[in-house]
Amino acid sequence: MSDKHEKDIDQISGVETTGHEWDGIKELNNPLPKWWLYTFYATILFAIGYTIVYPSWPFPSGDGWTYVKGTADYAQRTDVAEEIGAVKAEQAKYVDEIRSADFAAITANDELHDFALQGGKAAFGDNCAGCHGSGAQGFTGFPNLNDDDWLWGGTIDAIYTTIQHGIRSETDPETRLSDMPRFLADGILDRDGVLDVTEYVLSLSGKAEDEARVARGAVIYEEQCVACHMEGGAGSHDLGAPKLSDAIWLYGGDRAAVYETVAYARRGVMPAWAGRLDEATIKQLALYVYSLGGGEAAPVESMESR
Amino acid sequence: MEKLNPINSPLGTPDAAAVNRADQRDQLYADRKKVYPRRVYGQFRMIKWVVMALTLSVYYLLPWIRFDRGPGVPDQAFLIDFPTRKAYFFGLEIWAQEVYYATGLLILAALGLFLTTSAIGRAWCGYACPQTVWTDLFVHIERWIQGDRNQRMKLDKSPWGVKKLLLKVSTHLAWLVVAALTGGAFVFYFGDAPTLAKQFLTGTAPLTSYLFAGGLTFSTYLLGGIAREQVCIYMCPWPRIQGALVDENTLLVSYDKKRGEPRGSLKAAAAGEVLGDCIDCKQCVAVCPTGIDIRDGFQLECIQCALCVDACNGVMDKIDRPRNLIRYAPEEHVTKKGTGLIFRARTFIYMGLIVLVGGIMLASLIVRADLDVNIIKDRNPLFVRLSSGDVRNGYVIRLMNKQHADRPLTIRASGLKGLTLRSTDHAEGKELQVSLPPDDSAAFKVFAVLPAEAIGEGVLTSGKGEITFEIVDMDGHVISRQNAPFNGPRS
Repeated sequence: MSDKHEKDIDQISGVETTGHEWDGIKELNNPLPKWWLYTFYATILFAIGYTIVYPSWPFPSGDGWTYVKGTADYAQRTDVAEEIGAVKAEQAKYVDEIRSADFAAITANDELHDFALQGGKAAFGDNCAGCHGSGAQGFTGFPNLNDDDWLWGGTIDAIYTTIQHGIRSETDPETRLSDMPRFLADGILDRDGVLDVTEYVLSLSGKAEDEARVARGAVIYEEQCVACHMEGGAGSHDLGAPKLSDAIWLYGGDRAAVYETVAYARRGVMPAWAGRLDEATIKQLALYVYSLGGGEAAPVESMESR
Repeated sequence: MEKLNPINSPLGTPDAAAVNRADQRDQLYADRKKVYPRRVYGQFRMIKWVVMALTLSVYYLLPWIRFDRGPGVPDQAFLIDFPTRKAYFFGLEIWAQEVYYATGLLILAALGLFLTTSAIGRAWCGYACPQTVWTDLFVHIERWIQGDRNQRMKLDKSPWGVKKLLLKVSTHLAWLVVAALTGGAFVFYFGDAPTLAKQFLTGTAPLTSYLFAGGLTFSTYLLGGIAREQVCIYMCPWPRIQGALVDENTLLVSYDKKRGEPRGSLKAAAAGEVLGDCIDCKQCVAVCPTGIDIRDGFQLECIQCALCVDACNGVMDKIDRPRNLIRYAPEEHVTKKGTGLIFRARTFIYMGLIVLVGGIMLASLIVRADLDVNIIKDRNPLFVRLSSGDVRNGYVIRLMNKQHADRPLTIRASGLKGLTLRSTDHAEGKELQVSLPPDDSAAFKVFAVLPAEAIGEGVLTSGKGEITFEIVDMDGHVISRQNAPFNGPRS
């Protein structure tokens, strides 16, 4: 490298060289265009200004790290909080109306009903889908909420009560409660007796194979089961006793599953949501579940009783 | 380093020379030489005035034309309404999902451009292109304030003084006013013009309208006032394409070399020289908005505005020589090859294509449904077994009503034995009644139920079937028929 300072013009390109030379190779002095250079300087100035105004340099503080907050006291978190707040405020008029109106009034108002269904869908995904599935299709032991078979009733009011207080919830004194005896485990029936009742229950949906057992089972059913499950296995919403004559089996409808149910009982639990979710959310959930297709038309008197 | 002797050596070719030697390359950069178009009178200048008046009034006034469409619908004849995602053009309404009509329009515009260019050259560039129209307008403003060509050239050469400053500033201010009006007019196409104008002036219009108005003000000022012919010569792709579109039959503004050459002044002719009709007065050059000499022949920079024709005819009239030394003529009129026929195979093909595309668009406009039907089957769960053993499938039927009135409709389903429909409010039967709001879409949840017996009979083979939804109007006409899958348990 040489440090000559007189102008050295490259003959081929006609451009001045920087005077730097390596093994005969010279460096041409092609300066940046002025506009480019000044834009570059402007960006540097901008960057300095930016670090003063906006959050920038991290530095250690105590155990962890913090950063220069900037004079504008800006944070994207605040923006997000504001935006969420704005949306919440926007939704408030619907939510308040849902909280105060009864179901008939909400359903009659299309706009409000749509809002409630969307809100219910979101709340369902957050709170209910874990057990009932994202499409509310249920799993063994967790009811399918799309169908028309309801343990505790499928009117909108019944669904609402169930969500509020849960089923066999330990925290809610008003919870829906019924305890089917564990017929084998509690020593009420012997193994043969349970098999007989099982065969009778299967016969209600035409799946029995042993007529003798069915006959014996019918007698036991009359003594032990009919109080809750009703004549012919019709079931009772008031007692949460499933209908035994239909095609839907919460815990399975084959011989082994029914035997298991009679012998040891199931006693599924659903939490009470009254304290966890606010009133409006629970109402939206009830409307959403009701809308899934299995909702039972509310009898006129139950609407008035609310 | 020792110099090799390359003669007869396989190592070198002594007589080789670089084709693109750096010091012999053409300069790619050159300063712009300002063009000072002179005022011109004549037939083509008149056409340009008319086209300018027409295009500018359409542009500035179209958003203000009202067109009654009934209550609740915008009454602006031409409106692109982003909030409702609809475009209105008089009796036409295009919804966002029909934006392919815009594609059709672009295809038509392209074909129209091909047709014009192949018949009479770049008439679009010369008369109707916004760049030409606004540049023309800006040049006139400049001429009105600063005077004609010679005065402008003198003014530019003169040292800066109060007068020059005043003239220059007022020119630019006038340009900016026109530019602002142009940019401002644009936003009226996207909102109710009277309302938006009031908002715009009181500072309550949406920010985007100010941004767009500002951006277009800037670009109009820059392109029409400052950049001018450079846009046509360097930025626009169209001059590059025109070569493929003109042929020997295309009528182009051209100079009749046979008649004009050798050119020479009247004085020289009087002195007895044998000369053509061109007196080399350079009027054609002085009026040219792109600053070229048409006597050099057909060239990329020529926008075919025909102002040189007017200029030359004016001179020919004065010296009592026949007009049309420069005229619209087939490019090679000297060779007699070109016929100058506008109606020939090539233009017929373009016309045919225009008729075809236009016909397809028109047909699709006429038969287009004013009801859009979109059926989405529930996938989660795929199907629901009811306590009776029946199988239920859920569907969301989204109907879009393009009529301005409420629309009662019937939804029917068929295709599987014993199929019934149910609504969320417990209506049940072979068909369901729904009502659509005007100009809006609505989604209806519909359940289709297949009875247990049908499943027992094997109606659903391998758990899959297909049903057909029909949307029927009140007169019993089936407006739309769509198939949808129906799922059930594998039997």
